Amino acid sequence: MNLKYFLRNYPTTCLGAVIVLVFLVTALGAEHLAPYDPNWVTPRHSVRPPDSEYIFGADHNGRDILSRVIYGARISLLISMTSVTVGLIVGVSLGALAGWNSKYELVIMRLVDMMLSFPGLITALAIVAILGSGIENVIAANMAYQIPMFARLTHGLVLSTRPNTYVMAARSVGLSDFYILLRHIMPNILGPIVVQGSLLIPDAIMTTSALSFLGLGVSPPTAEWGGMLQDGIKWFRLAPHVMLFPGGCLMLTVLGFNLLGDGLRQWLDPQLRIN
Amino acid sequence: MAAYVIRRLFISIPTVFLVVTAVFFAFQVIPGDAARMYAGDQASVAAVEAIRVELGLDQPVSVQYLSYLKRLVSGDLGISFITRRPVTVEIGTRFANTAILAFGAIILSTLLGIFMGVVAALNRGKWLDYFLSVLAVGGISIPVFWLGLLLMFLFSLKLHWLPTAGNATWQHYIMPTFCLSVYSVAFITRMARSTVLDVLGSDYVRTAQSKGLREKIINMRHVVRNALIPLITTVGLRFGYMLGGAVVTETVFAWPGVGRLLVIAVTQRDIPVVQGILLVFASMFLLVNIIVDVLYSVADPRLSY
Repeated sequence: MNLKYFLRNYPTTCLGAVIVLVFLVTALGAEHLAPYDPNWVTPRHSVRPPDSEYIFGADHNGRDILSRVIYGARISLLISMTSVTVGLIVGVSLGALAGWNSKYELVIMRLVDMMLSFPGLITALAIVAILGSGIENVIAANMAYQIPMFARLTHGLVLSTRPNTYVMAARSVGLSDFYILLRHIMPNILGPIVVQGSLLIPDAIMTTSALSFLGLGVSPPTAEWGGMLQDGIKWFRLAPHVMLFPGGCLMLTVLGFNLLGDGLRQWLDPQLRIN
Repeated sequence: MAAYVIRRLFISIPTVFLVVTAVFFAFQVIPGDAARMYAGDQASVAAVEAIRVELGLDQPVSVQYLSYLKRLVSGDLGISFITRRPVTVEIGTRFANTAILAFGAIILSTLLGIFMGVVAALNRGKWLDYFLSVLAVGGISIPVFWLGLLLMFLFSLKLHWLPTAGNATWQHYIMPTFCLSVYSVAFITRMARSTVLDVLGSDYVRTAQSKGLREKIINMRHVVRNALIPLITTVGLRFGYMLGGAVVTETVFAWPGVGRLLVIAVTQRDIPVVQGILLVFASMFLLVNIIVDVLYSVADPRLSY
């Protein structure tokens, strides 16, 4: 189990891990890595093409695109991690409750069905229509999809784990429901939940950017990849670099998470390993 | 069979009811006065009050909810705050444009996705498999709006082959349909590859191999046909997500569809239109899920309901 082994057997997963690592470092160290202030407007540099000074060029306001892309990583990380973490905690709790106790099952799962009657982006749009745009509301919009997704998965997993003899044994010796769920059921169903989580992060990143692209997400002038593409629509005929770099970084990040998620799934799902 | 369809329809009634209720009450908490929004900024206080009474907004919420349900049953989705036209008309005039786009994309992605997935699985471990797998993971990672802009830049602005916006001629359909399909092509490719691999490892395929059947016959008769069954669900679910993708695609290509209408309505806070589209999308999504379940039970005789 050393690095060489991983590189040889899981090259794409390693690539994904590297991309995700670069993304995390960029997002966390934005103020040290960005060469300029992302919101510094310099009209005379408007749509300046990439050169040695402005590596990714400048946008229509003469703002450095590299710096904006770097700060954009921070917003993406903040929104996706917050929504997936909260979504996981709340969704898994609700799903476990529904799977364990049929008293709550009907109510919780009907609500989950209702939330998942809309495709993810439509749910997000509805939330933004109600709450308005802005970072907190984009997080809420993402959570409105993440929570029911985690709940539905956990519900199914708990239901299928419950009839196992070790669960019955734990019940018959009088352990509390909470203890059984936490110590006996959770460890057995954690794998698929982690895989789902790793694949919902790129989903949240994409939804966030899509909302901003539609002009309904993170409000300008905050640097956000989708928002930068929205800004670039009027200018990309003259200066394609204004859309090339933000979109490229968005795709690369999503790709990294997807590759990593695929690797995690292969690793955690014994059936896939046999294949 | 018919009993199953009817039961399946009945099961979804509570969900539909919950969706309607949520769509009604969620928009009650919105700050701002609906009567004022409908009347416009210049309207006098008396005019606003007249509209409030006319729209029934002076009634208690419970009464409004009941009359909302009553109007829904008769097919009335309310009136747009902005255009003053019935929401059913606003959606109706655009619905066909979105449906054509979504159907075109679902057909394209089903055919292409299954073909690529089967080819990848049957060439497992060879360069063709790696190439298709890389293409597929790229396809699920590329943002639709960025892809749209790239295509527009290349084929419209540089090469002048295809028009950028609108839906006037058949050439207008090429880029939006392609754009909307890419994610689903990639998704279906990945699913098809893994279901074919599952079937390749099954006992009946081993039996077919051991009795000396030719590989081509095994692949066509036993592998692909069985692998297609779980794909019904995949394709069906993709259709639902087409509606989400349509919102973005239609915005990029200025496509006069329901998705773009939704974005405009959210931006302008045209609540009745937003509510109407949410209900239409949710009912389409639920209906597709039912059709998928029914098709699945038809395709797989091992399942009985």
